[in-house]
Amino acid sequence: MNQEFTEHNHALAELLQDKLSGKIKELRNSCGDIEIRIKKEDLKDVVQILKMDSELDFNFLVSVTVVDYLDSDFFPRAEDSSRYDAVYHFLSISKLHRLRVKAAVEETDSSIDSLCGLYESANFMEREAWDMYGVTFNDHPNLKRILMYDEFKGHPLRKDYPLQGKQPRVKLISPEVKNTARDMKRPDLVKINNKKGVSNG
Amino acid sequence: MDNKDLLNVDCGVGGLSTHMVSRTLDDDMKSESMILNMGPTHPATHGTIRIVTELSGEKVLNADVEVGYLHRGFEKMSETVTYNEVMPYTDRLNYVSPVINNVGWCLAVEKLLGIEVPKRCQYIRVLMSEISRVGDHLTCLGASAMELGAFTVMLYMMQAREHLWELIEEVTGARLTVSYSRVGGLKDDLTEGFEKRAEEAFKKVRKLIKESDALLTRNRIFIDRMCDIGTLTAEEAVSYGLTGPMLRASGVNYDIRKAFPYSSYEDFEFEVPLGEKGDNYDRFLVRVSEMEESLKIAEQAMSNMPKGEINVDDPRVVLPEKNEVYNSIDGMIMHFEHVFKGLEPKVDDVYLSVEGGNGELGFYIVSDGTGKPYKAHVRAPSFIHMGSMQKMLVGQNISDLIPIFGMINMIGGECDR
Repeated sequence: MNQEFTEHNHALAELLQDKLSGKIKELRNSCGDIEIRIKKEDLKDVVQILKMDSELDFNFLVSVTVVDYLDSDFFPRAEDSSRYDAVYHFLSISKLHRLRVKAAVEETDSSIDSLCGLYESANFMEREAWDMYGVTFNDHPNLKRILMYDEFKGHPLRKDYPLQGKQPRVKLISPEVKNTARDMKRPDLVKINNKKGVSNG
Repeated sequence: MDNKDLLNVDCGVGGLSTHMVSRTLDDDMKSESMILNMGPTHPATHGTIRIVTELSGEKVLNADVEVGYLHRGFEKMSETVTYNEVMPYTDRLNYVSPVINNVGWCLAVEKLLGIEVPKRCQYIRVLMSEISRVGDHLTCLGASAMELGAFTVMLYMMQAREHLWELIEEVTGARLTVSYSRVGGLKDDLTEGFEKRAEEAFKKVRKLIKESDALLTRNRIFIDRMCDIGTLTAEEAVSYGLTGPMLRASGVNYDIRKAFPYSSYEDFEFEVPLGEKGDNYDRFLVRVSEMEESLKIAEQAMSNMPKGEINVDDPRVVLPEKNEVYNSIDGMIMHFEHVFKGLEPKVDDVYLSVEGGNGELGFYIVSDGTGKPYKAHVRAPSFIHMGSMQKMLVGQNISDLIPIFGMINMIGGECDR
């Protein structure tokens, strides 16, 4: 399979360099797709340009996810040793091109701007990314757990979360239901039966 | 007893009683909004999902959609097994069309490895994917029709799906958990005489689809329940990240099979049906038309099926033949390497998406050069579609929740992973 840039991607790469001059830290070929790396402070500005520019026209946010590079032997960035990478995939339906945007997020300040104001779909995807990795998204309207339950401790897709991690038991919220068959003791049942017998007799 | 008194009658524990504080009709009309909880197990929602709605009478003022009840940690599990061992997990994503998930995962890993499978393998993948897609649409439409009272349609569609699943079972050996595709090829070639049986099955399926179509498409009750319900404009649909039949019903022409052809889809001739209004009725019509297109693609794949191998000719990717494993030291070593170490792609990451039954099913894989994926992320269409449900619900009646949810076609396994 040819993994060089197609002509279309070559043109897009040049266009990106032109429009986002100075904001791109690195542009590379990842299996034939374009991947750019930016600073996380620039995220909102860059995405604004990506979406609003008529030639780029990235009107579709495909996915939001995070990669955790804790203790990994391989590290995709040379100078920066931040723990997380926020990974965004964009698509332009009119121009039919794709783009991956990465931004490093440190462990000490694990937050990045939310894209909810630009794409409605960011709402659920960022909630999932926060739920799984604990990277918070600033100005997200409703950042709460989505796949895990509210009482869950920790973030399951982090590399330091064990595969078979145990969680504390969650207390039942509903009031305890009495008078079920399980609660009834045999003597009670006998008593009721006896009473019935007496009254009948 | 006049009408006003009738309202004061209340059925208490012991039967009719009139001791309650008297209420008038006006009091009831002024009542504040009411919270109604549906799910996680509700007979009308085929899937574990909880929707908390705020109602004023029957109007939905606001809704909160909770997903995640079927979360099994697909992404976490994928990090602990080799690339080929992820295959059974992908079956359990969208369990109505598992072949498409298998193919999507394999294509992503193959893109990472930089290999291309033989033409025959690509055609068989297309054929099986399209048969699964018809099954997926049949399930969606059948279940939705049943929830709107058309039980006969459900039975017809399940019968049609049964004909298709028999074909899938014949080739893959299983009905739901097929694990059919492999990185660099397939588990098995087509069975002998498959084309003939497929043709017969397609004939029956077409007849059943036609009958269901006659029962639904011009049915007054069905149209009233579907038309102008859950409408999303093209801009809204794009902003909410909808894909597949949901997006095309809003009139946006985006089908991955046409836009970014994979697995030789560029060889096939088919139309992409589009809706106009983006309501539930359009979503229904798009799905019905897509089934016919899918059957056409499957027929083209069968009539133009290339001859040759189904696996790539690369011992580093494909398991060696059993004969070689038992009779030669090289084969034995290769087999051992495959089973214990697995494939070892280069350090890179890859995103590849296929057109699933519900929309863009994407796999994002990060490889650290070992036999196991460092990270695997699924872009699940159902999950993202659920994000638009609140928007579609607000302003509709509570009874409209059922067709809206039916047309989203949430598959728990895919949504919650």
